[in-house]
Amino acid sequence: MHPVRKQRLYLVLFVALFSSAAIGLITYALRGNINLFYPPTEVVSGEAPIGQSIRVGGMVEEGSLLRADDSLAISFTLTDYQASVPVVYSGILPDLFGEGQGAVASGVLSDEGVLQATEILAKHDENYMPPEVAYALENSGYDKKGKTK
Amino acid sequence: MMPEIGHFALIIAFCLTLMLATVPAWGAWRGNAVAMSLAPTLAIGIFVFVGISFGCLASAFLQDDFSVALVAAHSNSLLPPIYKFAAVWGNHEGSLMLWALILALWTAAVALFSPQLPLLVLSRVLSVMGAIGVGFLSFSLVTSNPFARLLPGIPDDGGDLNPLLQDPGLIIHPPLLYMGYVGFSVAFAFAIAALLGGRLDASWARWSRPWTNIAWGFLSLGIMLGSWWAYYELGWGGWWFWDPVENASFMPWLAGTALIHSLAATDKRGLFKSWTVLLAIFAFSLSLLGTFLVRSGVLTSVHAFATDPARGMFILVFLALVVGGSLTLYAVRAPAVSSRVTFAWVSRESLLLCNNVVFLVATLTVLFGTLFPLIVDGLGMGKVSVGPPYFNAVFVPLMVLLVPFMGIGPVSRWKGDDVARWRKELMLPAVVAIVCGFTFPLLHAPYNIWVALAVLLSSWLVLGLAQDVWRRLRNASSPARGLRRLTPGYCGMLIAHLGFAACVTGVVATSQYSVERDLRMSPGDTQELAGYEFRFVEVTQVRGPNFIADEARLEVSRDNVIVASMLPQKRRYLATGSMMTEAAIDPGLFRDLYVAMGEPIGSDGAWAMRLHYKPLVRWMWLGAIFMAVGAFTSVLDKRYRTQRAPVAAGNEAALHGA
Repeated sequence: MHPVRKQRLYLVLFVALFSSAAIGLITYALRGNINLFYPPTEVVSGEAPIGQSIRVGGMVEEGSLLRADDSLAISFTLTDYQASVPVVYSGILPDLFGEGQGAVASGVLSDEGVLQATEILAKHDENYMPPEVAYALENSGYDKKGKTK
Repeated sequence: MMPEIGHFALIIAFCLTLMLATVPAWGAWRGNAVAMSLAPTLAIGIFVFVGISFGCLASAFLQDDFSVALVAAHSNSLLPPIYKFAAVWGNHEGSLMLWALILALWTAAVALFSPQLPLLVLSRVLSVMGAIGVGFLSFSLVTSNPFARLLPGIPDDGGDLNPLLQDPGLIIHPPLLYMGYVGFSVAFAFAIAALLGGRLDASWARWSRPWTNIAWGFLSLGIMLGSWWAYYELGWGGWWFWDPVENASFMPWLAGTALIHSLAATDKRGLFKSWTVLLAIFAFSLSLLGTFLVRSGVLTSVHAFATDPARGMFILVFLALVVGGSLTLYAVRAPAVSSRVTFAWVSRESLLLCNNVVFLVATLTVLFGTLFPLIVDGLGMGKVSVGPPYFNAVFVPLMVLLVPFMGIGPVSRWKGDDVARWRKELMLPAVVAIVCGFTFPLLHAPYNIWVALAVLLSSWLVLGLAQDVWRRLRNASSPARGLRRLTPGYCGMLIAHLGFAACVTGVVATSQYSVERDLRMSPGDTQELAGYEFRFVEVTQVRGPNFIADEARLEVSRDNVIVASMLPQKRRYLATGSMMTEAAIDPGLFRDLYVAMGEPIGSDGAWAMRLHYKPLVRWMWLGAIFMAVGAFTSVLDKRYRTQRAPVAAGNEAALHGA
C-alpha cells in the first residue's frame, strides 16, 4: 500500500475508535442525566414517574407561598389552572420568583405527589416567560392570569 | 433626525456590502484588477457607515430619545450614562448593530493590515466577508430595525434596562465575545478564498493564523468575562452552568482551539490542509449557530431578548446557506487542495492531531448535548433538558485524556521524533509531577483524589514547559541570548499553555473544595464556614442612582482577626420594581469569600443568607486571561510579517490556475 494511504487508513481507524468511545460515553452520560418536563396536569394524572428527576413548570399559585420562620424551608404550588402540584424546597429562591409568576422546579416526585425540588428557576426579566411554562399553559387553555382563552 | 441619519447610513452600508460581495469577487474571477482593487476601499467605507449608524443609535440612548422604540423599551432617564451606552447592545436589535459594527471592524482591519497579501487573495477574502455582512445587515434592516420610532405617543420615560445587565460586565462582555465570534469570520473567509482559488499552501495558513489567534484570544476573554459576570451578578456563586447559551459561545471556542493547532501544522509542515479548511468552516458555522440559538428565542436565557419566529427563521436560513454553500464548495474543491505529505507517528504532528481529535469530539459532545433537547422537542417526544452531569461526564474524561499529550507537545519535534529522547527529556518532569500530585492536596484536608489528579496533570504541563525552556536556554551560548532567541510565537504558546494549567487547577480545586451554605441569620448571629467566622452585624437601607437597597453588613474574621467587612445588597429597581441580589465578594488569589442575601424571614429581622468559601476560583479566570495574552503574543512573531516575494509569485500561478 502507498505509505500515504496506509497512514490515512490508520488515521481513519484511530478516529473511528475514538469516536465510538465518545459515543459510548455520551449514551452512558445521557441515560441518567436528562430531565423530562411535565405540566402540572400530567403530574396530577399520574403520567410523571415517581422517584426520578423531573421538571415541572407553571404559575406559582396566588396565596400558596409559605415560608418557615426558623429555617429556609419553603412550600408553594405550581398550577396550569387545571391542576396543581405542591412543591417543597429548602434554600434561597431566585430574585424574580413570586406568586402569580411563572417558575420551573426540578426535583423528585414523592409517593404523595409532592415535588421535592432541588432547583427553582424563575424568569430572567419581567416580560419573559419560561417556554416550558408557556407550553404548559397553552395545553391547559388558560392565559397567565388564569383566565380561559 | 439622528435616528433617520443612522437608518440611512445603515442602508448605505448595506449597499456597500452588496458591492463588496459581488464586484471584487467578479474581478477575481475575470482577472479584472480594477474591480479587485475596489475591495479595500469598500471595506473601509462599510466600517465608516456602520460606525455612523452605531453612533446615531448610541446618541439616541445617551440623549434619552424615547421616541425611538428601542430606547423607550430598554433605557431609562435614571440610568447612569455608562449603562445607557451599554444598553445599546443590551437588547436584540442593538446587539445586532454591535455585531455588524464588529464585522465591519474586522473587514476593515483585514483591508488595512494585509499589505503582504496578494490583491487576488485579498479581494476574495474581503468579498466573502462582504457576503457575511450582507446577511447580517439585511437581517438588521428587514427583521430588527433598531431605529423604529414610536410616533405618535412618545412615552415620558423608558422601560429600563434589565437590572441583571446593569453591570460593568455587560459593558465589555458582549463586545469582547463578538470580537471572538465574528473574528472567526476572517478565518472562514480565508478558507473560502483558498477554496475558490483552488490553491492551499503554507502561505495561506500563515496569513490566516494571526487573525485566528486574535479572534480566539478575544473569544477566550469574552467567555471568561461571561463566567465572571455570572459568578458575581446572578448571586448563586456559580461560574459555569453548561447553559445552552454558554455552550453557544463555548463550541466555537473548542473548534477554534482545534483550528489554531491545526493551522500550526499547516503553517509549519503543510499538513492537514483540507482538514484545517474544514475546521475554519466549522468554527464560523458554530459561531452562527450560537447566534441562532441565542437570538432566536428557542432557549430560555437572559440572552434571549425576543421570541420572534421570523428572526429565528432568518438566521436559520442564513446558517443553512453558509454551511451548505461552504461545504458544497469544500466537497468540490477539497480534493484539489489535499496534501501528500507524510509524517512519522512519533512527532509533533501526531500530537497536534490528538489535540484536534479531542477538541473536535469535545465540540461534538457539547453540540449534541445542546441540540438534543431541541431535537427531541422537534420530534414531539416531550420537553427534556440536558443538565451539567451530562456535560461533566463527557467533558472531564476528554480533558484528562488531552493533558498527557499536551505535556509532550512542546518538547516534541516536527516531522519525526524519538521516544527515547522524550523519555530522557520528560522523566524528571513526570516524577516531579507525580510527587506534586500526591503532596499538594495534603495541604487541604480531607485528601481529595480529583484535586490530586488535577495537580498531577497541570504540574505535568508546567514542568514539561519548564524543561523545554531550560533545554533551550542550556543550548544557547548564554542564558540571556537563549531568552532572546525564544520567538514571540513560542512565548505565546508557553503563556497560553500555562494559562490552561492554571485553569484546570482552578476549575477542579474550586469544584471540589468549595463550601456553600444557605442559612437563616439574624443580626448578631455568627456562622462558621471553612475556618472563617461570619458575623451578621446589621441591615441598613441605602439608595443608589436608580434603586433602593437593603444592605447587610457582615464582619468576617479568622482566628479572631477581622479579614473583611462584606456588604451584600438586595436591590429594588425603581423603574420596573424588580428585585436584584448584589453579592459581596472578598477576592483573593487563593480563596474568595462570597455572601449573597436571600429574602427576609420571619419578623425579627432575620434573612436567608448564602455563604460561600471558594478556593482558587480566580485561577480559572486568570488562566483564561493568560490564554488570551498568549494568543495575542504569538501574533507578534516575525514570521507573519516577512515572506512577501515567494507568496506573490505563488499566487500568479493561482490566478492562471483559476
